[in-house]
Amino acid sequence: MNFDIGIWIAAFLTLGIMSFLYKDNPWYKISEAIFIGLSAGYWFVSLFWQNLVSKLWDNLWPALDALFTRGEFTGGLLYLIAGILGLMMLMRLVPQIGWISRWPLALVVGATAGLQFINYLVSNGVIQVYNTITPLFGPVSEAGGIAPVTDVWHGLGNALILVGTFTGLVYFFFSKEHKGFFGGAARVGTWFLMITFGASFGYTVMSRMSLLIGRLDFLVNTWITGIFT
Amino acid sequence: MGFWDKMLAIDRRWIFLFVGLSLLIPMSLGIETKLSISPETAGLFDVYENLPPGSKVLMSFDYDPPSAPELQPMADAAVKYAFMHDLKLIIMGLWPQGPLQAEISIQRALDSPELKDKEVEYGVDYVNLGFQAGNEFVIQRMGSDFREAFAMDIRGNRYEDIPILKNVKNFSNIDFAFNFSAGYPGTVEWVQVAVDRYDVVLGAGNTAVQAPLAYPYLGAGQLVGLLGGMRGGAEFEVATGFSAKATVFMLSQTFAHAIVILFIIVGNVAYAITGRGKSKLEADR
Amino acid sequence: MRREIPLIITAVVGIAFVIQYFIPHSPFDRFEQLFSDWFFIIAACAIWLGALNLLKLSIIKVQRQKKDWQYSVIVIVSWLTMAIAGFAGGRGFQTPGTAFDWLYVNIYTPLSATMFAILAFFVASASYRAFRARNVQATLLLVAGFLVMMGRVLFDDIFFAPLGWDFQPLSEISSFIMNYPNLAGQRAIMIGIALGTVSTALRIMLGIERSYLGGGD
Repeated sequence: MNFDIGIWIAAFLTLGIMSFLYKDNPWYKISEAIFIGLSAGYWFVSLFWQNLVSKLWDNLWPALDALFTRGEFTGGLLYLIAGILGLMMLMRLVPQIGWISRWPLALVVGATAGLQFINYLVSNGVIQVYNTITPLFGPVSEAGGIAPVTDVWHGLGNALILVGTFTGLVYFFFSKEHKGFFGGAARVGTWFLMITFGASFGYTVMSRMSLLIGRLDFLVNTWITGIFT
Repeated sequence: MGFWDKMLAIDRRWIFLFVGLSLLIPMSLGIETKLSISPETAGLFDVYENLPPGSKVLMSFDYDPPSAPELQPMADAAVKYAFMHDLKLIIMGLWPQGPLQAEISIQRALDSPELKDKEVEYGVDYVNLGFQAGNEFVIQRMGSDFREAFAMDIRGNRYEDIPILKNVKNFSNIDFAFNFSAGYPGTVEWVQVAVDRYDVVLGAGNTAVQAPLAYPYLGAGQLVGLLGGMRGGAEFEVATGFSAKATVFMLSQTFAHAIVILFIIVGNVAYAITGRGKSKLEADR
Repeated sequence: MRREIPLIITAVVGIAFVIQYFIPHSPFDRFEQLFSDWFFIIAACAIWLGALNLLKLSIIKVQRQKKDWQYSVIVIVSWLTMAIAGFAGGRGFQTPGTAFDWLYVNIYTPLSATMFAILAFFVASASYRAFRARNVQATLLLVAGFLVMMGRVLFDDIFFAPLGWDFQPLSEISSFIMNYPNLAGQRAIMIGIALGTVSTALRIMLGIERSYLGGGD
């Protein structure tokens, strides 16, 4: 028998979580509590070494050293501001001065807004619209980056994408009442969206089953097989 | 209570049992199955296959062990194929555990019989730059200079001292990028930054939950190909000629899907027959 | 000034990132690098906040002996064990062979993977109870789901290949659904989200949207 304590512990905890399928019980609760504690501890330590040490300390320490030993002011001193902002974030734990955490929060929100303003506009907006309005048929120069459409089925497919994207967007336009032609277009849009959600459901089932296969593979082919070898 | 009423009120633990058995029984048979390759996988493999020996391939491992059943098979096949065909691998990760998953793929490839007699040297044929915190900001920084994002590799070697990185400054020196993604940061960020700003040629492997969301990028040519979930992994294994776990597990996947579909059909039949569906329609009228 | 200074910070940082896209040269690339590093330092502190809060609440639960307080002891012990192992490991805390790596591979990973894996059972059970073809839209959703689920596995190989067919109808239908109607629907959602994101980002950078500052003065 191949006895690896790590595999046995992993199997014990895996079966503990799975025992919830029968009913809630202390074995599941213990496994869950271990998971919660370990997750929080993992992220606490990971972020310390990978963010605070590698980005804050590694930039700040040489700058402080240069300042106090040679009297030089270097760009790394700017990271002092980041350290102060980080401490301000932790002030949220103290209700009386929690408002100070708005400053670092503002930086986080501003950075995210600035970056996503451009990325979403270009990649998810402009390029997607450009690739929706594609030719239905005919040889086309590749200068525009669109391949020639010489197959009528391909052309019909392009038409389907155009209709589906347009009517889907019409559905999401709630500033105008969905009546008449507009309402008809919105209804067609819901059909395309329902097919989209159905496809997503199918893929989600596939994904969850794959994850379960992974765990069952561990239990059967690693743990149980290890008992008999 | 009639049969169909009992079916509607069935204890969910019976459903759990059927799902479990539908996965376990085929798994224990270990039958490797024949698969067709979808256009999404074929598109990616065509580009990968046509890379000449010596091409620099950037592989970003953006997933953790829970997503490994779906993504590890495609990663293993991609790494092994690269070593067999003298593609130079530059590995990195935007998730902390990603580079560790890459080490698993590398070790599996090096231990395989096909690579037994081949010399694969760290630093010359492949390098693991490790993890860098920063999500899409890391990709942005790599656009100007890889060294700004990765001063050292996972073993502590300085960037300048690694032979494979000698003429690699930024994305313009990369021939192909392969991203294995389980969420954020992942394929979306690679498309938004690397492809749309720096014209990187990108292929992606995604978990099945994420894959449908990536189809617009595939349709717009921002991705050259897309591997979706375990099926995508199995197809890539077949395409590269290295059938492994994903191909074996497809039979379990098939039975599981059949059980889910069967239960949904039975549920709808029971709902219709017990008259709950009819009385609701009449109430609506 | 409690609200004005954060609004100025948001505007300056946001605009710096936008300008950097169009002028990726010095000094704008330096601003981007600086602000992005600061972003991750602050984000680390934000997550530290959550982790420390969990510890605080667990300790309070044990002190006051509330219901199921014994499990909070396990949470605290697990938290401290992982933290001590991680700090003791130094910069190479994740290197294979360290205590942290052993805890990660043999305890954290199996637990995390199993938590996700049991969702498969609940997906099947929930689908059985709730998925009803009540109207045209629900039926479309159901049929599309069935076709994709059947096309992505081995139904063609099991049912049609023995008949000597080269053509794989379920795979072809599934591929059509994913590359045409699914693509169209996903693209509509994607463009809609892009427009919403752009307008919200602009409102935030211009100080019109202030809800992230919270209430009070």
